Amino acid sequence: MSQVPKRNRLYKLQFEKAQDSYVLLYPEGMVKLNPSAAEILLQVDGEQSVDDIIIALKTKFPEAPDDIGDDITAFLSDAESKDWIHYV
Amino acid sequence: MSEINNGQSETRVIEAGPPLWLLAEITYACPLHCAYCSNPLNLTDKKDEIGTEEWLRVLSEARDMGAVQLGFSGGEPLLRKDLEQMVAHASELGFYTNLITSGIGMTEKRIAALKDAGLDHIQLSFQAANAEANDLIGNRRHSFAQKLEVAKLIKQYEYPMVLNFCLTAQNIDQIDDVLALATELDADFVELATVQYYGWAYVNRDQLLPSKATLEAAEAKVNAFRDKQNGKGPKFIFVSPDYYEDRPKACMNGWGSTFLTVTPDGSALPCHSAKILPMTFPNVKDKSLQDIWYQDFSFNKFRGYDWMPSPCRDCDEKEKDFGGCRCQAYMLTGDMYQADPVCSKSPHHHTIEAAIESAAKQHDKSVILRDPKNKIDIVTV
Repeated sequence: MSQVPKRNRLYKLQFEKAQDSYVLLYPEGMVKLNPSAAEILLQVDGEQSVDDIIIALKTKFPEAPDDIGDDITAFLSDAESKDWIHYV
Repeated sequence: MSEINNGQSETRVIEAGPPLWLLAEITYACPLHCAYCSNPLNLTDKKDEIGTEEWLRVLSEARDMGAVQLGFSGGEPLLRKDLEQMVAHASELGFYTNLITSGIGMTEKRIAALKDAGLDHIQLSFQAANAEANDLIGNRRHSFAQKLEVAKLIKQYEYPMVLNFCLTAQNIDQIDDVLALATELDADFVELATVQYYGWAYVNRDQLLPSKATLEAAEAKVNAFRDKQNGKGPKFIFVSPDYYEDRPKACMNGWGSTFLTVTPDGSALPCHSAKILPMTFPNVKDKSLQDIWYQDFSFNKFRGYDWMPSPCRDCDEKEKDFGGCRCQAYMLTGDMYQADPVCSKSPHHHTIEAAIESAAKQHDKSVILRDPKNKIDIVTV
Protein backbone atom coordinates (compact mmCIF):
# COMPACT_ATOMS: atom_id res chain seq x y z
CA MET A 1 0.00 0.00 0.00
CA SER A 2 1.39 3.34 -1.02
CA GLN A 3 -0.86 5.35 1.28
CA VAL A 4 1.04 7.51 3.77
CA PRO A 5 -0.34 7.62 7.31
CA LYS A 6 0.23 10.63 9.54
CA ARG A 7 -0.35 10.94 13.26
CA ASN A 8 -3.13 13.22 14.48
CA ARG A 9 -1.52 16.20 16.21
CA LEU A 10 -4.18 15.91 18.92
CA TYR A 11 -2.48 12.78 20.23
CA LYS A 12 0.99 13.03 21.66
CA LEU A 13 3.07 9.85 21.66
CA GLN A 14 5.60 9.45 24.45
CA PHE A 15 7.25 6.84 26.63
CA GLU A 16 6.02 6.80 30.23
CA LYS A 17 8.44 5.33 32.72
CA ALA A 18 5.74 4.84 35.38
CA GLN A 19 3.63 2.84 32.90
CA ASP A 20 6.65 1.10 31.39
CA SER A 21 5.07 1.67 28.00
CA TYR A 22 4.38 4.16 25.27
CA VAL A 23 1.18 6.15 25.70
CA LEU A 24 -0.94 8.49 23.61
CA LEU A 25 -1.80 11.66 25.47
CA TYR A 26 -4.67 13.92 24.48
CA PRO A 27 -6.78 16.55 26.27
CA GLU A 28 -7.36 15.14 29.73
CA GLY A 29 -6.81 11.54 28.64
CA MET A 30 -4.28 8.79 28.04
CA VAL A 31 -4.20 5.55 26.06
CA LYS A 32 -1.64 2.98 27.12
CA LEU A 33 -0.19 1.21 24.07
CA ASN A 34 0.94 -2.40 23.87
CA PRO A 35 4.50 -2.86 22.54
CA SER A 36 3.48 -3.71 18.96
CA ALA A 37 1.05 -0.81 18.69
CA ALA A 38 3.81 1.49 19.91
CA GLU A 39 6.35 0.11 17.38
CA ILE A 40 3.91 0.75 14.53
CA LEU A 41 2.93 4.25 15.65
CA LEU A 42 6.59 5.19 16.10
CA GLN A 43 7.03 4.46 12.38
CA VAL A 44 4.12 6.71 11.39
CA ASP A 45 5.89 9.94 10.51
CA GLY A 46 3.83 11.36 7.64
CA GLU A 47 6.53 10.31 5.15
CA GLN A 48 6.67 6.52 5.12
CA SER A 49 3.93 4.66 3.28
CA VAL A 50 2.22 1.63 4.79
CA ASP A 51 4.49 -0.59 2.68
CA ASP A 52 7.58 1.27 3.93
CA ILE A 53 6.40 0.75 7.50
CA ILE A 54 5.91 -2.99 6.95
CA ILE A 55 9.40 -3.31 5.49
CA ALA A 56 10.92 -1.24 8.29
CA LEU A 57 9.31 -3.39 10.97
CA LYS A 58 10.21 -6.65 9.22
CA THR A 59 13.81 -5.47 9.14
CA LYS A 60 13.69 -4.43 12.79
CA PHE A 61 12.03 -7.69 13.89
CA PRO A 62 13.35 -10.42 11.54
CA GLU A 63 11.94 -13.14 13.82
CA ALA A 64 8.36 -11.84 13.34
CA PRO A 65 5.94 -14.11 11.41
CA ASP A 66 5.56 -13.54 7.64
CA ASP A 67 1.99 -12.25 7.88
CA ILE A 68 3.01 -9.37 10.17
CA GLY A 69 1.92 -7.05 7.35
CA ASP A 70 -1.71 -8.04 7.89
CA ASP A 71 -1.46 -7.22 11.59
CA ILE A 72 0.07 -3.86 10.79
CA THR A 73 -2.61 -2.88 8.27
CA ALA A 74 -5.33 -4.08 10.68
CA PHE A 75 -3.87 -1.94 13.46
CA LEU A 76 -3.56 1.10 11.20
CA SER A 77 -7.16 0.76 10.15
CA ASP A 78 -8.19 0.59 13.80
CA ALA A 79 -5.99 3.60 14.60
CA GLU A 80 -7.65 5.54 11.79
CA SER A 81 -11.12 4.76 13.11
CA LYS A 82 -9.96 5.99 16.53
CA ASP A 83 -8.69 9.18 14.90
CA TRP A 84 -5.10 8.60 16.03
CA ILE A 85 -3.90 8.75 12.43
CA HIS A 86 -5.16 9.89 9.05
CA TYR A 87 -3.85 9.50 5.52
CA VAL A 88 -2.07 12.36 3.77
CA MET B 1 -3.99 -5.99 49.87
CA SER B 2 -4.57 -6.24 53.59
CA GLU B 3 -2.21 -7.45 56.25
CA ILE B 4 -3.62 -9.05 59.35
CA ASN B 5 -1.48 -9.01 62.48
CA ASN B 6 -2.00 -12.03 64.73
CA GLY B 7 -5.65 -12.04 63.84
CA GLN B 8 -6.05 -9.36 66.51
CA SER B 9 -5.73 -5.86 65.20
CA GLU B 10 -5.86 -5.19 61.52
CA THR B 11 -3.42 -2.87 59.83
CA ARG B 12 -4.71 -1.86 56.49
CA VAL B 13 -2.08 -1.35 53.86
CA ILE B 14 -3.85 -0.46 50.68
CA GLU B 15 -1.93 -0.52 47.48
CA ALA B 16 -2.37 2.65 45.52
CA GLY B 17 -1.09 3.34 42.04
CA PRO B 18 0.42 6.71 41.18
CA PRO B 19 -1.74 9.82 40.88
CA LEU B 20 -2.01 9.97 37.10
CA TRP B 21 -3.91 13.27 37.14
CA LEU B 22 -2.75 16.35 38.98
CA LEU B 23 -5.13 19.27 39.11
CA ALA B 24 -3.26 22.43 40.04
CA GLU B 25 -5.80 24.97 41.20
CA ILE B 26 -3.41 27.88 41.22
CA THR B 27 -5.86 30.59 42.31
CA TYR B 28 -9.50 30.88 43.38
CA ALA B 29 -9.66 34.43 42.03
CA CYS B 30 -11.85 34.68 38.95
CA PRO B 31 -13.14 37.49 36.76
CA LEU B 32 -16.41 35.57 36.36
CA HIS B 33 -18.97 34.94 39.08
CA CYS B 34 -20.91 31.93 37.83
CA ALA B 35 -23.63 30.76 40.16
CA TYR B 36 -22.86 27.14 39.30
CA CYS B 37 -19.19 27.29 40.32
CA SER B 38 -18.06 24.11 42.06
CA ASN B 39 -15.47 25.98 44.09
CA PRO B 40 -15.79 26.32 47.86
CA LEU B 41 -18.23 28.77 49.33
CA ASN B 42 -15.61 30.50 51.39
CA LEU B 43 -12.99 31.77 49.00
CA THR B 44 -9.34 31.73 49.92
CA ASP B 45 -7.62 35.07 50.09
CA LYS B 46 -4.97 35.79 47.50
CA LYS B 47 -2.48 36.25 50.33
CA ASP B 48 -2.85 32.56 51.28
CA GLU B 49 -1.82 31.39 47.82
CA ILE B 50 1.36 29.32 47.68
CA GLY B 51 4.25 30.74 45.66
CA THR B 52 5.95 29.86 42.42
CA GLU B 53 8.79 27.84 43.97
CA GLU B 54 6.34 25.71 45.93
CA TRP B 55 4.29 24.99 42.80
CA LEU B 56 7.41 24.05 40.83
CA ARG B 57 8.39 21.59 43.56
CA VAL B 58 4.87 20.10 43.63
CA LEU B 59 4.98 19.57 39.87
CA SER B 60 8.38 17.87 40.05
CA GLU B 61 7.28 15.59 42.88
CA ALA B 62 4.05 14.60 41.10
CA ARG B 63 5.91 13.83 37.89
CA ASP B 64 8.45 11.71 39.78
CA MET B 65 5.55 9.68 41.14
CA GLY B 66 4.23 9.02 37.63
CA ALA B 67 1.64 11.78 37.16
CA VAL B 68 1.23 12.51 33.47
CA GLN B 69 -1.85 14.69 32.99
CA LEU B 70 -1.65 18.13 34.53
CA GLY B 71 -4.51 20.62 34.61
CA PHE B 72 -3.92 24.29 35.41
CA SER B 73 -7.19 25.48 36.78
CA GLY B 74 -8.71 27.76 39.38
CA GLY B 75 -10.44 30.22 39.59
CA GLU B 76 -8.89 31.69 36.52
CA PRO B 77 -5.31 30.43 36.11
CA LEU B 78 -4.45 33.33 33.77
CA LEU B 79 -4.61 35.62 36.80
CA ARG B 80 -1.28 34.21 37.94
CA LYS B 81 1.63 35.90 36.22
CA ASP B 82 3.87 32.88 36.84
CA LEU B 83 1.60 30.57 34.78
CA GLU B 84 4.03 30.54 31.85
CA GLN B 85 6.89 29.62 34.19
CA MET B 86 4.90 26.73 35.65
CA VAL B 87 3.87 25.48 32.19
CA ALA B 88 7.49 25.59 31.00
CA HIS B 89 8.62 23.58 34.02
CA ALA B 90 5.79 21.05 33.64
CA SER B 91 6.46 20.64 29.96
CA GLU B 92 10.13 20.04 30.56
CA LEU B 93 9.17 17.34 33.08
CA GLY B 94 7.13 15.59 30.36
CA PHE B 95 3.60 16.37 31.58
CA TYR B 96 0.73 16.70 29.13
CA THR B 97 -0.34 20.20 30.13
CA ASN B 98 -3.97 21.36 30.03
CA LEU B 99 -5.04 24.95 30.63
CA ILE B 100 -8.61 25.18 31.88
CA THR B 101 -9.66 28.77 31.39
CA SER B 102 -12.55 31.19 31.02
CA GLY B 103 -10.45 32.97 28.40
CA ILE B 104 -10.75 36.27 30.26
CA GLY B 105 -7.29 37.80 30.40
CA MET B 106 -5.91 35.82 27.45
CA THR B 107 -4.01 37.91 24.93
CA GLU B 108 -2.12 37.00 21.79
CA LYS B 109 1.13 37.73 23.59
CA ARG B 110 0.28 35.29 26.38
CA ILE B 111 -1.05 32.54 24.12
CA ALA B 112 2.19 32.72 22.11
CA ALA B 113 4.29 32.67 25.30
CA LEU B 114 2.32 29.64 26.55
CA LYS B 115 2.95 27.88 23.23
CA ASP B 116 6.67 28.57 23.61
CA ALA B 117 6.49 27.24 27.15
CA GLY B 118 5.10 23.97 25.73
CA LEU B 119 1.41 24.14 26.68
CA ASP B 120 -0.35 21.17 25.05
CA HIS B 121 -4.06 22.00 25.17
CA ILE B 122 -6.53 24.72 26.07
CA GLN B 123 -10.01 24.11 27.41
CA LEU B 124 -12.17 27.21 27.07
CA SER B 125 -15.42 27.60 28.99
CA PHE B 126 -18.55 29.24 27.64
CA GLN B 127 -21.55 30.09 29.81
CA ALA B 128 -23.98 30.13 26.86
CA ALA B 129 -24.02 30.37 23.06
CA ASN B 130 -24.98 34.04 22.85
CA ALA B 131 -23.60 37.23 24.36
CA GLU B 132 -26.63 38.17 26.40
CA ALA B 133 -27.02 34.87 28.26
CA ASN B 134 -23.27 34.25 28.50
CA ASP B 135 -22.48 37.63 30.02
CA LEU B 136 -25.42 37.41 32.40
CA ILE B 137 -24.53 33.95 33.76
CA GLY B 138 -20.85 34.84 34.29
CA ASN B 139 -21.89 38.34 35.39
CA ARG B 140 -19.30 40.04 33.22
CA ARG B 141 -19.98 42.33 30.30
CA HIS B 142 -18.31 41.63 26.95
CA SER B 143 -17.05 38.27 28.16
CA PHE B 144 -18.72 36.42 25.26
CA ALA B 145 -16.95 38.59 22.69
CA GLN B 146 -13.64 38.00 24.47
CA LYS B 147 -14.20 34.24 24.46
CA LEU B 148 -14.83 34.25 20.70
CA GLU B 149 -11.53 36.06 20.20
CA VAL B 150 -9.72 33.57 22.42
CA ALA B 151 -11.25 30.61 20.53
CA LYS B 152 -9.82 32.06 17.31
CA LEU B 153 -6.40 32.53 18.92
CA ILE B 154 -6.44 28.92 20.18
CA LYS B 155 -7.00 27.67 16.63
CA GLN B 156 -4.54 30.14 15.15
CA TYR B 157 -1.81 28.91 17.49
CA GLU B 158 -2.75 25.30 16.68
CA TYR B 159 -3.68 24.12 20.12
CA PRO B 160 -6.17 21.28 20.47
CA MET B 161 -9.33 23.10 21.56
CA VAL B 162 -11.89 21.73 23.97
CA LEU B 163 -14.94 23.85 24.69
CA ASN B 164 -16.85 23.42 27.89
CA PHE B 165 -20.46 24.46 28.26
CA CYS B 166 -22.07 24.11 31.68
CA LEU B 167 -25.71 23.30 31.12
CA THR B 168 -28.30 24.49 33.63
CA ALA B 169 -32.02 25.31 33.62
CA GLN B 170 -30.94 28.79 32.44
CA ASN B 171 -29.31 27.74 29.15
CA ILE B 172 -30.21 24.12 28.35
CA ASP B 173 -33.01 25.13 25.96
CA GLN B 174 -30.37 26.82 23.77
CA ILE B 175 -28.60 23.56 23.00
CA ASP B 176 -29.04 23.96 19.21
CA ASP B 177 -27.13 27.24 19.34
CA VAL B 178 -24.42 25.60 21.43
CA LEU B 179 -23.96 22.83 18.85
CA ALA B 180 -23.84 25.36 16.02
CA LEU B 181 -21.37 27.65 17.79
CA ALA B 182 -18.98 24.83 18.68
CA THR B 183 -19.03 23.65 15.07
CA GLU B 184 -18.42 27.16 13.75
CA LEU B 185 -15.48 27.61 16.12
CA ASP B 186 -14.05 24.27 14.92
CA ALA B 187 -13.58 22.78 18.38
CA ASP B 188 -11.94 19.38 18.65
CA PHE B 189 -13.99 18.23 21.64
CA VAL B 190 -17.00 19.80 23.33
CA GLU B 191 -18.07 18.97 26.85
CA LEU B 192 -21.74 19.55 27.41
CA ALA B 193 -21.67 19.16 31.15
CA THR B 194 -24.85 19.41 33.11
CA VAL B 195 -23.90 21.09 36.32
CA GLN B 196 -23.11 18.98 39.36
CA TYR B 197 -24.17 20.34 42.70
CA TYR B 198 -21.06 21.27 44.68
CA GLY B 199 -19.89 24.56 46.12
CA TRP B 200 -21.92 27.51 44.87
CA ALA B 201 -23.94 25.23 42.62
CA TYR B 202 -25.30 23.46 45.70
CA VAL B 203 -26.58 26.74 47.11
CA ASN B 204 -28.32 27.46 43.79
CA ARG B 205 -29.53 23.92 43.17
CA ASP B 206 -33.26 24.71 43.04
CA GLN B 207 -32.59 27.32 40.38
CA LEU B 208 -30.03 25.39 38.31
CA LEU B 209 -31.35 21.83 38.10
CA PRO B 210 -33.12 21.28 34.76
CA SER B 211 -36.17 19.03 34.65
CA LYS B 212 -35.74 15.48 33.41
CA ALA B 213 -37.86 16.20 30.34
CA THR B 214 -35.74 19.23 29.37
CA LEU B 215 -32.60 17.23 29.86
CA GLU B 216 -33.78 14.32 27.75
CA ALA B 217 -34.87 16.68 24.99
CA ALA B 218 -31.41 18.30 24.99
CA GLU B 219 -29.64 14.95 24.90
CA ALA B 220 -31.84 13.79 22.02
CA LYS B 221 -30.87 16.92 20.05
CA VAL B 222 -27.18 16.25 20.68
CA ASN B 223 -27.56 12.64 19.51
CA ALA B 224 -29.41 13.72 16.36
CA PHE B 225 -26.73 16.33 15.61
CA ARG B 226 -23.98 13.76 16.13
CA ASP B 227 -25.68 11.37 13.69
CA LYS B 228 -25.61 14.05 11.00
CA GLN B 229 -21.92 14.88 11.57
CA ASN B 230 -20.64 11.84 9.63
CA GLY B 231 -17.53 11.70 11.77
CA LYS B 232 -16.69 15.33 10.92
CA GLY B 233 -16.52 18.34 13.22
CA PRO B 234 -16.30 18.48 17.01
CA LYS B 235 -16.78 15.42 19.17
CA PHE B 236 -19.60 16.16 21.59
CA ILE B 237 -19.57 14.64 25.05
CA PHE B 238 -22.84 14.93 26.94
CA VAL B 239 -22.61 14.60 30.71
CA SER B 240 -25.94 13.99 32.47
CA PRO B 241 -26.38 15.17 36.04
CA ASP B 242 -26.21 12.22 38.39
CA TYR B 243 -29.41 13.34 40.12
CA TYR B 244 -31.38 11.60 37.38
CA GLU B 245 -29.43 8.36 37.55
CA ASP B 246 -30.19 5.45 39.84
CA ARG B 247 -26.56 4.45 40.32
CA PRO B 248 -23.88 6.87 41.50
CA LYS B 249 -20.92 8.02 39.42
CA ALA B 250 -17.56 6.32 40.06
CA CYS B 251 -16.44 9.57 41.63
CA MET B 252 -12.80 10.43 40.84
CA ASN B 253 -12.41 6.82 39.65
CA GLY B 254 -12.25 5.94 43.35
CA TRP B 255 -10.90 7.99 46.24
CA GLY B 256 -7.12 8.41 46.03
CA SER B 257 -6.84 6.17 42.98
CA THR B 258 -6.06 8.50 40.10
CA PHE B 259 -6.69 12.16 40.97
CA LEU B 260 -4.79 14.55 43.14
CA THR B 261 -5.84 18.16 43.52
CA VAL B 262 -3.68 20.86 45.04
CA THR B 263 -5.66 23.96 45.94
CA PRO B 264 -4.43 27.58 45.86
CA ASP B 265 -3.37 27.49 49.53
CA GLY B 266 -1.45 24.21 49.08
CA SER B 267 -4.00 21.78 50.48
CA ALA B 268 -3.79 18.37 48.84
CA LEU B 269 -7.15 16.73 48.20
CA PRO B 270 -8.37 13.50 46.58
CA CYS B 271 -10.94 15.63 44.73
CA HIS B 272 -11.48 19.34 44.44
CA SER B 273 -14.62 19.34 46.62
CA ALA B 274 -13.24 17.24 49.47
CA LYS B 275 -12.49 20.22 51.69
CA ILE B 276 -16.14 20.33 52.76
CA LEU B 277 -15.70 16.96 54.52
CA PRO B 278 -15.20 16.93 58.29
CA MET B 279 -11.60 15.78 58.18
CA THR B 280 -8.16 17.31 57.98
CA PHE B 281 -6.25 17.35 54.72
CA PRO B 282 -2.49 17.72 54.40
CA ASN B 283 -0.72 20.69 52.88
CA VAL B 284 2.16 20.59 50.41
CA LYS B 285 3.93 23.19 52.56
CA ASP B 286 4.35 20.57 55.30
CA LYS B 287 4.85 17.27 53.50
CA SER B 288 6.11 15.82 50.24
CA LEU B 289 3.50 14.76 47.71
CA GLN B 290 4.78 11.19 48.00
CA ASP B 291 4.08 11.21 51.74
CA ILE B 292 0.69 12.76 51.18
CA TRP B 293 -0.45 10.36 48.49
CA TYR B 294 0.78 7.11 50.02
CA GLN B 295 0.86 7.76 53.77
CA ASP B 296 -1.61 10.43 54.73
CA PHE B 297 -4.62 9.27 56.71
CA SER B 298 -7.01 11.31 54.58
CA PHE B 299 -5.90 9.74 51.29
CA ASN B 300 -6.10 6.22 52.71
CA LYS B 301 -9.44 6.78 54.42
CA PHE B 302 -11.74 5.79 51.57
CA ARG B 303 -9.38 3.62 49.58
CA GLY B 304 -10.51 0.04 49.09
CA TYR B 305 -13.84 -1.27 50.38
CA ASP B 306 -13.39 -1.90 54.11
CA TRP B 307 -14.71 1.54 55.11
CA MET B 308 -18.10 0.95 53.54
CA PRO B 309 -21.25 0.49 55.57
CA SER B 310 -24.28 -1.31 54.13
CA PRO B 311 -25.72 -1.23 51.48
CA CYS B 312 -22.37 -0.62 49.70
CA ARG B 313 -20.47 -3.21 51.73
CA ASP B 314 -22.58 -6.08 50.41
CA CYS B 315 -23.23 -4.63 46.98
CA ASP B 316 -21.96 -6.43 43.90
CA GLU B 317 -21.52 -3.08 42.13
CA LYS B 318 -19.13 -1.57 44.69
CA GLU B 319 -16.10 -2.19 42.48
CA LYS B 320 -17.81 -0.31 39.68
CA ASP B 321 -18.82 2.90 41.48
CA PHE B 322 -16.89 2.77 44.80
CA GLY B 323 -20.05 3.87 46.64
CA GLY B 324 -20.21 7.10 44.63
CA CYS B 325 -19.22 10.53 45.84
CA ARG B 326 -18.16 11.10 49.47
CA CYS B 327 -18.92 14.81 49.25
CA GLN B 328 -22.42 14.22 47.92
CA ALA B 329 -23.06 11.63 50.66
CA TYR B 330 -21.95 14.17 53.25
CA MET B 331 -23.90 17.10 51.80
CA LEU B 332 -27.13 15.13 51.53
CA THR B 333 -27.00 12.82 54.57
CA GLY B 334 -24.57 14.52 56.97
CA ASP B 335 -22.50 11.32 57.03
CA MET B 336 -19.59 10.95 54.64
CA TYR B 337 -19.53 7.14 55.00
CA GLN B 338 -23.01 6.66 53.57
CA ALA B 339 -23.76 5.42 50.08
CA ASP B 340 -24.10 8.29 47.62
CA PRO B 341 -27.85 9.05 47.83
CA VAL B 342 -28.05 9.03 44.03
CA CYS B 343 -28.10 5.24 44.37
CA SER B 344 -31.62 3.86 44.49
CA LYS B 345 -30.36 1.32 47.05
CA SER B 346 -29.41 4.13 49.44
CA PRO B 347 -31.76 4.64 52.41
CA HIS B 348 -31.32 8.39 51.69
CA HIS B 349 -32.33 8.28 48.03
CA HIS B 350 -35.42 10.30 48.96
CA THR B 351 -33.16 13.36 49.45
CA ILE B 352 -32.44 13.32 45.70
CA GLU B 353 -36.11 12.91 44.86
CA ALA B 354 -36.93 15.79 47.20
CA ALA B 355 -34.30 17.99 45.50
CA ILE B 356 -35.77 17.28 42.07
CA GLU B 357 -39.25 18.06 43.36
CA SER B 358 -38.08 21.24 45.03
CA ALA B 359 -36.35 22.45 41.85
CA ALA B 360 -39.50 21.76 39.83
CA LYS B 361 -41.49 23.99 42.19
CA GLN B 362 -38.91 26.78 42.03
CA HIS B 363 -40.22 29.22 39.46
CA ASP B 364 -37.97 32.11 40.39
CA LYS B 365 -34.74 31.05 38.67
CA SER B 366 -32.64 33.98 39.91
CA VAL B 367 -29.37 32.82 41.42
CA ILE B 368 -26.78 33.83 44.02
CA LEU B 369 -23.59 34.72 42.15
CA ARG B 370 -20.17 33.52 43.28
CA ASP B 371 -18.73 36.70 44.61
CA PRO B 372 -16.76 37.58 47.73
CA LYS B 373 -19.55 39.95 48.70
CA ASN B 374 -21.97 37.01 48.69
CA LYS B 375 -19.54 35.01 50.81
CA ILE B 376 -21.32 32.14 52.51
CA ASP B 377 -20.04 29.83 55.20
CA ILE B 378 -19.76 26.19 54.34
CA VAL B 379 -23.26 24.75 54.18
CA THR B 380 -23.93 21.33 55.55
CA VAL B 381 -27.17 19.58 56.29
